[in-house]
Amino acid sequence: MATPDNRLAFDSGWKYDPAPESIDHISIEKRYGLFIGGEFVAPEKGRYFDSVNPATEEKLARVAEADAADVDRAVKSARAAYSGTWSRLRPRERGKYIYRIARMLQERAREFAAIESLDGGKPIRESRDVDIPLAAAHFFYYAGWADKLEYAFPGRRVKSLGVAGQIIPWNFPLLMAAWKIAPALACGNTVVLKPAETTPLTALKLAELIADADLPPGVVNILTGAGETGARIVGHPGIDKIAFTGSTQVGRSIMRTLAGSRKKYTLELGGKAANVIFADAAIDQAVEGIVNGIFFNQGHVCCAGSRLLVQESVADEVIDKLKDRMRTLIVGDPMDKNTDIGAINSPMQLEKIRSYLDVGQAEGGTMYQPECPLPAKGYWCPPTIFTGVAQSNRVVKEEIFGPVLAIQTFRTFDEALSKANNTAYGLSGGVWTDKGAKIFRMTAAVRAGVIWANTFNKFDPTSPFGGYKESGIGREGGLHGLDAYVQLEAH
Amino acid sequence: MAQAVPGTMSLAAIDNPFVFPDLSRVPPVDEVGINERVARFQTRSIKSASKIAGLKLALSMIDLTTLEGQDTPGKVRQLCQKAIHLHDAYPGLPHVAAVCVYPTMVSVAKQALEGHDIRVASVATAFPSGMSSREVKLEDTRLAVAAGADEIDMVISRGAFLAGQDRYVFDEIVAVREAAGNAHLKVILETGELGTLDRVRRASVLAMHAGADFIKTSTGKIQPAATMPVTLVMLQAIRDYYRATGRMVGVKPAGGISTAKLALHYLVMLNETLGSAWMTPEWFRFGASSLANDVLMQLVKQDTGRYQSADYFSKD
Amino acid sequence: MAADERIAVAKTYKIYIDGKFPRTESGRYFALEDKRGKTVANVCRSSRKDFRNAVVAARKAQPAWAAASAYLRGQVLYRIAEMLEGRREQFASELTLQGSTAKQASREVDTSIDRLIYYAGWADKYQQLFSAVNPVASAHFNFSVLEPTGVVAIIAPDDSGLIGLVSTLAPAIVGGNSSVVLASEARPLSSVSFAEVLHASDVPAGVVNILTGFRSELSDQFASHMDVNALVHAETARKSLVAIEEAAAENIKRVVGRPSRDWLKTDNENPYLIRDTQEVKTTWHPIGT
Repeated sequence: MATPDNRLAFDSGWKYDPAPESIDHISIEKRYGLFIGGEFVAPEKGRYFDSVNPATEEKLARVAEADAADVDRAVKSARAAYSGTWSRLRPRERGKYIYRIARMLQERAREFAAIESLDGGKPIRESRDVDIPLAAAHFFYYAGWADKLEYAFPGRRVKSLGVAGQIIPWNFPLLMAAWKIAPALACGNTVVLKPAETTPLTALKLAELIADADLPPGVVNILTGAGETGARIVGHPGIDKIAFTGSTQVGRSIMRTLAGSRKKYTLELGGKAANVIFADAAIDQAVEGIVNGIFFNQGHVCCAGSRLLVQESVADEVIDKLKDRMRTLIVGDPMDKNTDIGAINSPMQLEKIRSYLDVGQAEGGTMYQPECPLPAKGYWCPPTIFTGVAQSNRVVKEEIFGPVLAIQTFRTFDEALSKANNTAYGLSGGVWTDKGAKIFRMTAAVRAGVIWANTFNKFDPTSPFGGYKESGIGREGGLHGLDAYVQLEAH
Repeated sequence: MAQAVPGTMSLAAIDNPFVFPDLSRVPPVDEVGINERVARFQTRSIKSASKIAGLKLALSMIDLTTLEGQDTPGKVRQLCQKAIHLHDAYPGLPHVAAVCVYPTMVSVAKQALEGHDIRVASVATAFPSGMSSREVKLEDTRLAVAAGADEIDMVISRGAFLAGQDRYVFDEIVAVREAAGNAHLKVILETGELGTLDRVRRASVLAMHAGADFIKTSTGKIQPAATMPVTLVMLQAIRDYYRATGRMVGVKPAGGISTAKLALHYLVMLNETLGSAWMTPEWFRFGASSLANDVLMQLVKQDTGRYQSADYFSKD
Repeated sequence: MAADERIAVAKTYKIYIDGKFPRTESGRYFALEDKRGKTVANVCRSSRKDFRNAVVAARKAQPAWAAASAYLRGQVLYRIAEMLEGRREQFASELTLQGSTAKQASREVDTSIDRLIYYAGWADKYQQLFSAVNPVASAHFNFSVLEPTGVVAIIAPDDSGLIGLVSTLAPAIVGGNSSVVLASEARPLSSVSFAEVLHASDVPAGVVNILTGFRSELSDQFASHMDVNALVHAETARKSLVAIEEAAAENIKRVVGRPSRDWLKTDNENPYLIRDTQEVKTTWHPIGT
């Protein structure tokens, strides 16, 4: 029955039984070498590290650690492939190889989804419905550009760059690999890619797939390793371009390393996006947008809507509804089809998130987490919101990269805008209002590369993505994403 | 009014669930956002014991319906038999919530269901179009109640609503509410004729404030009938009304729900929008004629592990 | 000297900040000499504080400049060209004073005028060239437009008195950026005179600020200032590049290296140079009822 204070009850009654994704169709090797020159080879120094399932703390595979000699070997292989075959191939044929990758990814989508969730902790619902289909779509989109590049840059002659060094993060492992590899290949470059050390498996599976697709050896090389391997790639003189997605801190050090090198680079860095809810918004959809904005992928999203700005006249209503919604989120086994929030990617990241929960409370913020049972093993953080915080608080200013939302209120349009822009970041933003004119004013004035109006966290291969200010340099996706991988010359 | 915003609206509107609402305060609805939320409910995977519990709950929520010009006492009696004996081969099944018929068939249904805890619902108010005078509609309602209807499924005047005559629609529901006496009043919005989700939400608010015990999507005579998006909008309107007034209102999607899988999706949506208090036939109904058998086939499949054939389940 | 000879009035070369012509707050100067070692002018040796003040002015002016219609920005650039056209002889003689031949000087002035008009014409066109409606697979309308990156610091090429400045400045401001320019150290006079042209050309105060001074003193400030969004320079020496780019990393500044062998050549005229100091903004909105 109804509760006396007109609250809704979500904690009793009908519960969903486990609905585990089957994993009898996937294969993970016990040990992976480095993918260089079209085949898996042992690392020079013979060093390996474990890739661990963050939901169970169980080891999934041993993965090679690439050192300087391995990086050198991979760059040489990429250079040879660039000069020997890839840059000489007719663009149309280049495109057909990329289409082949897209198609094979679609065919093996469920296997990739399962491995992505095992390795990274994200809910199978997301890897199945978002990561893998989008990754395939990216290859499909850029494959079609390969023989049409002159139409992308009117008045210029388009040339490839050479060897691209690409370093990707652990939050969308395969999708980020696709974002990097697809446009690089389409524009005629060859690639040395390093996946993150906590989530290397889908990149290694992609290497298998690329070999199956008969790409010329050396066109795509995949090196596993940690920060040091990444630094070796950045510093290697044989690399013509660096594409990096990760923290602003590492992005900054990459810029410094590249200073004076004349290498082209694109950086996709951190964010602290404001999601602005006006009183005249479609409130229930806005609440859903808040949830998608911050709890998607455990909040391990650079463009997450981690700062909620809600107009005072609806703040209580929005926060109440948000809390209700949070009580229906299912936290737990990433492989369960009903899981909404999976495992935190690594113990290091969990430690960082927890430290922010302490900081937020120490700064005087009020923390709310719904009651939800968490598995005994693995790394978990329930969905969390902070109210009673201000621009000056660290949980409002700094990127937490977890399921933690900082809520502030505002009174006027100008106040909302000024708070939204009061950050060193500028990756994304959200605005919710039913008034068209207000949408255009807000979306034009927020200093960020991607603005979602009456929606949040949408991605598409045709849509450019990237940041203003300290959120990065350059765009990935769409027509604009080609820039990063070409040099333009006068006719 | 559905929104509780202290200090910005009259206390009477918060305290009194039965005043004419300020529809300008009804929040807008974004269609794409609603569709995305619905898609998310549909990704829920209901397995094992939760599936059996959900299917049985769905059965107990069915308003088994026949609303045809060709309805006869014989047809209605057969339907009532089905309501009582859903599938006797499967022990421990719940019975459906109600049988839903035209006013002239209410007495037949009452008689056929005597001694069973199955309610008789009657459509009324010049169903399905509602295109008649206020007096005829009230008389139609009184006729059904006099014949023994436990529940009245009325239709709103969509023409008047679309013409902006909110007060007319409100007053009419209030009048039917009175004429229905102790019978439960379900107010059919006929969402397939309202055009937008914003209007669905406004019509829901209007109906609840006018005294609806239930709000119902459709007559079943207009396409589209019930859909998950319109039902979600109605659930959200109910939630806001409940939070503002403390009065629970039920919801009945009707028409187009014919598979067990879809019924389970509706229950997921109900469960995660209004919570466990609404997960009973008292507050949720499916208006359907062929849903029951598909649910039964799924239940038997869960039991036996074999996929079932319609040949083994009585049509009515 | 004949008794009736008129004594020329020497010009004081000042810097240009926020639509005003102050002297450097530091009170310092450096003497610009001609080939024979004769002092031609005392030029302001701007300080870090002058730069700081200029950035404040540029930041303040930028939103309104970006919000001005493309048509208006085009008109303003065209007006700069008009004003320059009216002072061709002054600029030619200043360039000559700084080492150009008369023929070179007049060609440089003419090209500068034409280049300004070239970019004026782009003001209401580059957006159409570089924006896109993106056919996303979901029920959303999605479009990408260019927006100015903000405050652009420009270290103008040292080997050119006027055309280098015009070539680096025009693409930045036509796109709605505001700017702080460090003038050529070797040939600073035309830059100051150019500021006077700007001042007479409806360019809002603060949109262009021009400092004279020493690269050794100011380059690092230009590259490292946290409220500067992009740095345009023409450096080629590795040592300078390293210094600039390392300093720029602190706030992930966009660094646009734009050396040119010959500033008069038309390869310094293309809309991709405008795009270098633009950001791409992508906006999503659902399509529904």
